[in-house]
Amino acid sequence: MRNTQGTFSFLPDLTDDQISAQIQYCLDKDWAVGVEYCYDPHPRNIYWDMWGNPMFDLKDPKGVMMELADCRKVHGDAYIRLNAFDNTRAVESVTLSFIVNRPKVEPRIRMTRQEVDGRSIRYTHEIAR
Amino acid sequence: MDALPKTVDLRGEFESSGVREVLEELDHDMIGLAPVKSRIREAAAQLLVEKARKTLGLTHLTPTLHMSFTGNPGTGKTTVALKMAGLLKRLGYVRKGHLVSVTRDDLVGQYIGHTAPKTKEVLKRAMGGVLFIDEAYYLYRPDNERDYGQEAIEILLQIMENNRDDLVVILAGYADRMDTFFNANPGFRSRIAHHIDFPDYTDAELLAITEHMMAEQNYRATDDARTAFGEYIGLRRAQPHFANARSIRNAFDRARLRQANRLFAAAEGPLDAEALSTLVEADVRASRVFSGGLDSRTAEMEGKK
Repeated sequence: MRNTQGTFSFLPDLTDDQISAQIQYCLDKDWAVGVEYCYDPHPRNIYWDMWGNPMFDLKDPKGVMMELADCRKVHGDAYIRLNAFDNTRAVESVTLSFIVNRPKVEPRIRMTRQEVDGRSIRYTHEIAR
Repeated sequence: MDALPKTVDLRGEFESSGVREVLEELDHDMIGLAPVKSRIREAAAQLLVEKARKTLGLTHLTPTLHMSFTGNPGTGKTTVALKMAGLLKRLGYVRKGHLVSVTRDDLVGQYIGHTAPKTKEVLKRAMGGVLFIDEAYYLYRPDNERDYGQEAIEILLQIMENNRDDLVVILAGYADRMDTFFNANPGFRSRIAHHIDFPDYTDAELLAITEHMMAEQNYRATDDARTAFGEYIGLRRAQPHFANARSIRNAFDRARLRQANRLFAAAEGPLDAEALSTLVEADVRASRVFSGGLDSRTAEMEGKK
């Protein structure tokens, strides 16, 4: 099932040129860019593993693309995303987060229902590989 | 695909790309350095023609742009590297045109596994611009087997070959030591397109630099002071650790210090702008250089200066 977390997730996969363009947009706005990866695409898994440190002092997207290429080499079958962090006062949060790499076969998400207190239903989602 | 143009106007390109401004700035801001300026003008012409050929579809390979600047300290290597970065940006050979200036310590780590990430961090920052490595020969230390400079060299060589579109590397240092460095690491020599030597400034050029510095900071010197400065330059050159323009800048700063102290000690009533901006002969003559330099004075006497 195609993971639709993050920005651009309903679009077809971004090419490297398009990713570069997005990173350039972030750099123009002085946002720090970080690379993260994970193997668990559960919608409530919001904390992914960091690949290296966030990059604050870059002038060109090539630096991030180099890190991304290294991450793909090691974790080619993981979900990899780029986060951009805006540190202006009163914002201080991630302003852009988009997936740049997906595993060849994306796992399905299975929903289970649990009846509690008579007929009330509790739902959980699990990753089914 | 759009049809390629049939002709290209080099003069027009020269004007519109802003290359002329950079070259004129170089001519105007940097005194002397005639061989450097002519070499840079040649390089600019070559890059302009390459760009024109690219427009006509004749070539699509990026030319090798890495350079080596050799010369004594204080001869303007870093300043010219900065101008070079601007030039390359105007011609479109680098994307951003910023200069990242590093020495060996920024590239080489202290323990195993430290060098590669350190060098990679510097390279990431420099992508899209120019990486200026000062005293590049310190990367190579064959006598110490626990030295990790070789690793940094390997990474640099690979980047210089594979990322020619993204990064331009400029190595700088003393001429003879750079020669030894290149002989020991032939990979570098073959990757460098332009070897530019920065000659020492002549006394007259150093005096002109002093005048330039004074004018920039709104100082003027009396005629006696100017003569004294001329003599200072001649004497200072003979003393150890002479660093061309940098020594001159330091001398100028010290003259300003003495002027400030003179004005402060003798202050009686208001001083106008002219008094605050004038250097007199005494401000220059007080230097230790006139009496044989640093070594010939005792510590006690130094305290009085």
